[in-house]
Amino acid sequence: MTGADVLLLALGAVAVGAGALVVATRHLVRAGLWLVVCLGALAGDYLVLTAELVAWVQVLIYVGAVVVLLLFAVMLTRAPIGPSDDLDRPGWAAALVGGGSGLGLAVLLIDAFRWSRVDLPAAGTAERLGEQVFRSWVLPFEVLSVLLLAALVGAIVLSRPDIGRRSADEGGRQ
Amino acid sequence: MRPVIPYVTAALLFGLGVYGVLRRRNAVLVLMAVELMLNAVNLVLVTADTTVKAALPHSGQVFALFVIVLAAAEIGVGLAIVLQLYRLRASVTVDDVPLAEPAPAVTPAERPEGAVR
Repeated sequence: MTGADVLLLALGAVAVGAGALVVATRHLVRAGLWLVVCLGALAGDYLVLTAELVAWVQVLIYVGAVVVLLLFAVMLTRAPIGPSDDLDRPGWAAALVGGGSGLGLAVLLIDAFRWSRVDLPAAGTAERLGEQVFRSWVLPFEVLSVLLLAALVGAIVLSRPDIGRRSADEGGRQ
Repeated sequence: MRPVIPYVTAALLFGLGVYGVLRRRNAVLVLMAVELMLNAVNLVLVTADTTVKAALPHSGQVFALFVIVLAAAEIGVGLAIVLQLYRLRASVTVDDVPLAEPAPAVTPAERPEGAVR
């Protein structure tokens, strides 16, 4: 056990514990806050695994943007402040499927890797990753930018009901 | 570095995400569980980047970046749909959507406590 292993174990335990609280807590807002802890621990994992740029992008986009969006949605759907009893379905089937897939994957990966040891590669700095993105992965990068544009336009159209309604009215008149 | 530790972390997180998607009734909480699953996949990609000697260096991390962008797009459209559903039906439960139109002029102060989800 090296220092990196100890760090990975501790951060992994924090991530899994916070993730369990995200899916188990009865407070809507606290689920979002536990998600911050889980994603932050994963960003620490990425740092230990030498993925510097991915770690900072994780902090910026996930913790900074996605969680804030989720908390906005919690507030906009008028979430109650206290605990709510109607958040969950009866869950033995969900526990079966979720536990089965999680533990099954864990057993599979433990069997594949055992207690083997690898040396960490050179750190994935912004310079190295940028070189890869703009040299080997240019086409996926551009396709992703088109997809982001499509998602943006789709979100605007969805959240403005007058757009679809006006065109439907005109279609009805013709 | 023992790669089995982050791999098992990712597997357990994915299982938790599956459990949350199937268990939760609130659409926003379902989206949070989906985020857990996406992050588990990201952790697998980043860990595989350290264990597998690929032809292109750092491709696992580049893929993790792409997945983060996809997650941002997904959460934007997903929350737009959820908020539209809330505007139309005054409810965000995924297994019990009230089909009747809600009363048009209900302000937050007048809304009965039982209708708040």
